[in-house]
Amino acid sequence: MSPSPASENSGIWKLIFGRLDWSSLPLHEPIVVGTFLMVMLGGLVVVAGITKYKLWGMLWNDWFTTVDHKRIGIMYMILGLIMFVRGFADAVMMRLQQAMAFNGSEGYLNAHHYDQIFTAHGVIMIFFVAMPMITGIMNYIVPLQIGARDVSFPFLNNFSFWMTTAGAVIVMMSLFVGEFARTGWLAYPPLSGIAYSPGVGVDYYIWGLQIAGIGTLLSGVNLIATIVKMRAPGMNMMKLPVFTWTSLCANVLIVAAFPVLTAVLALLSLDRYVGTAFFTNDMGGNPMMYVNLIWIWGHPEVYILILPLFGVFSEVTATFSNKRLFGYSSMVYATIVIALLSYLVWLHHFFTMGSGASVNSFFGITTMVISIPTGAKLFNWLFTMYRGRIRFDLPMMWTVAFMLTFTVGGMTGVLLAVPPADFVLHNSLFLIAHFHNVIIGGVLFGLFAAINYWWPKAFGFTLDTKWGKRSFWLWVVGFWFAFMPLYILGLMGVTRRMRVFDDPSLQIWFQIAAFGALMIAAGIACMFVQFAVSIINREKLRDTTGDPWNGRTLEWATSSPPPDYNFAFTPVIHDNDAWADMKKRGYQRPLSGYEAIHMPSNTGTGIIIAGLSIAFSVGMIWYMWWLAGLSFVGILAVAIGHTFNYKRDFYIPKDVVERTEGERTALLAAKG
Amino acid sequence: MSRAGHPDNAGGMIARHPATKRALLRRIAPFLLLPLGGCNWVVMSPAGDVAMQQRDLILISTALMLLIIIPVMAMTIWFAWKYREKAKAEDYDPEWDHSTSLELLIWSAPLLIIIALGAVTWSSTHLLDPYRPLDRVDHARKVDPTAKPLQVEVVAMDWKWVFIYPELGIATVNELAAPVDRPIAFKITSSSIMNSFFVPALAGQIYAMPGMQTVLHAVANKPGNYEGFSANYSGAGFSNMRFRFHAMDQAGFDRWVAKVKASGATLDRATYVKLEQPSEKVPPMYFSGVEPKLFHAALNMCVQPGKKCMDAVMMTDSMGGAGKESAHDVEGLRHDGTIDVGGFHPVEPGKKGEIAQPAGMTPAAKRTPAAQGKQAPGQQDGDGHGGGHAGHEGM
Repeated sequence: MSPSPASENSGIWKLIFGRLDWSSLPLHEPIVVGTFLMVMLGGLVVVAGITKYKLWGMLWNDWFTTVDHKRIGIMYMILGLIMFVRGFADAVMMRLQQAMAFNGSEGYLNAHHYDQIFTAHGVIMIFFVAMPMITGIMNYIVPLQIGARDVSFPFLNNFSFWMTTAGAVIVMMSLFVGEFARTGWLAYPPLSGIAYSPGVGVDYYIWGLQIAGIGTLLSGVNLIATIVKMRAPGMNMMKLPVFTWTSLCANVLIVAAFPVLTAVLALLSLDRYVGTAFFTNDMGGNPMMYVNLIWIWGHPEVYILILPLFGVFSEVTATFSNKRLFGYSSMVYATIVIALLSYLVWLHHFFTMGSGASVNSFFGITTMVISIPTGAKLFNWLFTMYRGRIRFDLPMMWTVAFMLTFTVGGMTGVLLAVPPADFVLHNSLFLIAHFHNVIIGGVLFGLFAAINYWWPKAFGFTLDTKWGKRSFWLWVVGFWFAFMPLYILGLMGVTRRMRVFDDPSLQIWFQIAAFGALMIAAGIACMFVQFAVSIINREKLRDTTGDPWNGRTLEWATSSPPPDYNFAFTPVIHDNDAWADMKKRGYQRPLSGYEAIHMPSNTGTGIIIAGLSIAFSVGMIWYMWWLAGLSFVGILAVAIGHTFNYKRDFYIPKDVVERTEGERTALLAAKG
Repeated sequence: MSRAGHPDNAGGMIARHPATKRALLRRIAPFLLLPLGGCNWVVMSPAGDVAMQQRDLILISTALMLLIIIPVMAMTIWFAWKYREKAKAEDYDPEWDHSTSLELLIWSAPLLIIIALGAVTWSSTHLLDPYRPLDRVDHARKVDPTAKPLQVEVVAMDWKWVFIYPELGIATVNELAAPVDRPIAFKITSSSIMNSFFVPALAGQIYAMPGMQTVLHAVANKPGNYEGFSANYSGAGFSNMRFRFHAMDQAGFDRWVAKVKASGATLDRATYVKLEQPSEKVPPMYFSGVEPKLFHAALNMCVQPGKKCMDAVMMTDSMGGAGKESAHDVEGLRHDGTIDVGGFHPVEPGKKGEIAQPAGMTPAAKRTPAAQGKQAPGQQDGDGHGGGHAGHEGM
């Protein structure tokens, strides 16, 4: 396949389209073409539907330009779920390839395709599934938990979301135009250098992550400022809900770690674009520096992912045990210790790079030390359950599944932290099983707990239990089927990222793992059915109290969904379980004395800058320098223009607040 | 299949003779355990002393951790059951949220385990440091201090392995052999991409990195034919970057060396440069002769004509650099881009932006003369500089 029109190499073509030509379209990959057609068809249906029902105005005014942290939180979750489907499709393709490629069979994927798939799977799952969903939950819940009306910088919040989405768009574009990186999700040089990866794949990777990284970093700044500055009166740091504490630590980690990623990717870009030699083999460069730098970001990243979910489990365990959280201050200190230690362990990702024994031991032992506060947390959850009255609703089921799954993942993690053991297990499928064990068992189970727990807060009705339980069991059992074989294969000395295999005795394990992946697929399907069924039956599942679980923290004090201003009156806090404390002391909702509420105005600047950033990235990726230059100037112009926007705020009039609160009063009264 | 385990044989006997039944069970047992702890779990049943100690370490660490993991998991299930809402446990106390003694326990229990595991880690990491020469052949025998270990120089190429035996003056591709119970000292580098040299049956892995040398000491204790491969993804041909490791008795090894010596081929620079080009599923190759100091040139990335050796460059730099006059004389310093990984058109030094062709399984494209690196006038053949051995070692 090489349709090469004469024009493609001519000067004018290159000037306009850079290195883009017809051969950049993966027309030779039937799988990709099929996917493209389906995506286009689906996209057309959605666009036609939106147009038919005249929803564009609503979408633009109420959602795309919104600065409401709750709507932005929901948009983050939608982004995460969409990307999750893509990332999971990659996972299933890998599992099928590895289950097939035995006895001389090449499977159904060639190296060029397969190597992109495992790279995309890792990048998407971490950056565009886990990160958006975690940011989404934090965005939605943190301001509510601290009794705030929004985040500190509402416009910045909207901008962060759209930059993250722009990153996702760039990565998705690579599926249909050009290629994605074939380097593994961390793009180690020299393989990711221009000499050995001269294509556009690594550039898609770089710009996707750089653009999304801006969003992540700014949302970190925003949430830190929010938690530090916008707590309700009386809520001192040791009265913060645990989820907010863990969010604070995670965001401190984001702000401290993401600039390292930005810097290391910028250095790699310089190597690729202007011929510097930071990470090359030649001219005095050294790839080991890249490996160190990327993991100095990469390890804290792991804790950025898991810490907020530790917070979720704390909230869920206390709520569903009908009991105060055991060892609140111990939980807080454990979180802080984990956050600090997460910076002292990065080298455990490459014990095999030849460091001395003392260096390796140091990093091995610091890694193990992290298991002490983590272990303390687990015990705290256990003792929260102890002497409780545990309701096994879906969030609690996910929590118990987490406790049982995560301990195993934690154990194999500590095992990998013993350097000589790592020498035989590094890069093996044992490692793959380990980190899926903690990321699925910890992060994903936590997200599912959080979705089931807070869905009624966001939408005013609970999620369907029957389909939720189906999804739960398929996920949990499917997980063990999918990853236990990988532990075993790791002990058989099978390494990661293999496309074809020699030894036929391995095949059965890959087939079991593929079966597990299919079970998980069914679990995911059940989750989407759960959403659909719940939305259809929303009247039956309606919760008018705003507090369906007998919650303990402030978000349950307001209506579901909360009004735009969250709280008509800012609550005063006396206890870390603020809402449980208010309920205990016979709190009466004030019914009069409302005032107009000062709120931030919507703005389209965020989505416009993000759109220009995509154009800039396309220009950089394809060497269309004019496009990159123009869109960069455009970004600057729009950003400066935004500073002259004086319509930044408005007041929700007193009568609107009165009406909204009156409706809630009526609902609560009807409930009895 | 085990003869004893055949059902026709066993059925009648079991009923009549309980003693026979026990004996039978004893004989069947290993086969029942096969799927769990079977022989093909190479990490769990390796053939070399280093890997064996690493295996033991896995078992010890796991046992130590299970001391706390099992109670935690049991308690999770127990508490979840005992305190479920329906059970209406009588000691329900919604305000109970603190106990100093329990807090002490939950922080100190993991701490104690980690102290124990940390001690094991510190000592084992030093004892099993791949750079440390071996002092034992296996758990019972010490290394004879007068005997020298077998020297093997390893170069990871796209996507095959070159093994040079400097003392024997031979080299092989994708086939490694060593006598049992004789320590082996590997020096490892790579020609372009980062790889990881791993023979699970023999010892743990260590990265193979271009321009850098890593070291691994190992010994094989059981004769056999084992698998070796790259354990770090290195591009399109990575899956087939495999070799066999033959552990043999001394006589067998001598015969193997003789066989290699009979090949008549020589691994010289020209052959090396040709070999360096990406290829997959390369069958084993033997070379009865090796150009002297080839590994040094491979390590310092100056096998190709016109390339300056990295150690020589570093020597020049440490002496204050080659001066302004050398500013334009950089061709010899460009080591990347001379190898055409993944079927791409090679990128000429200093020229970026070639359009990538999908690599797939296509063989490496023909290299253009430009990429061979023309020898710049007045430029010495890199290796001629000499200088210190071994560029920078891995950290």
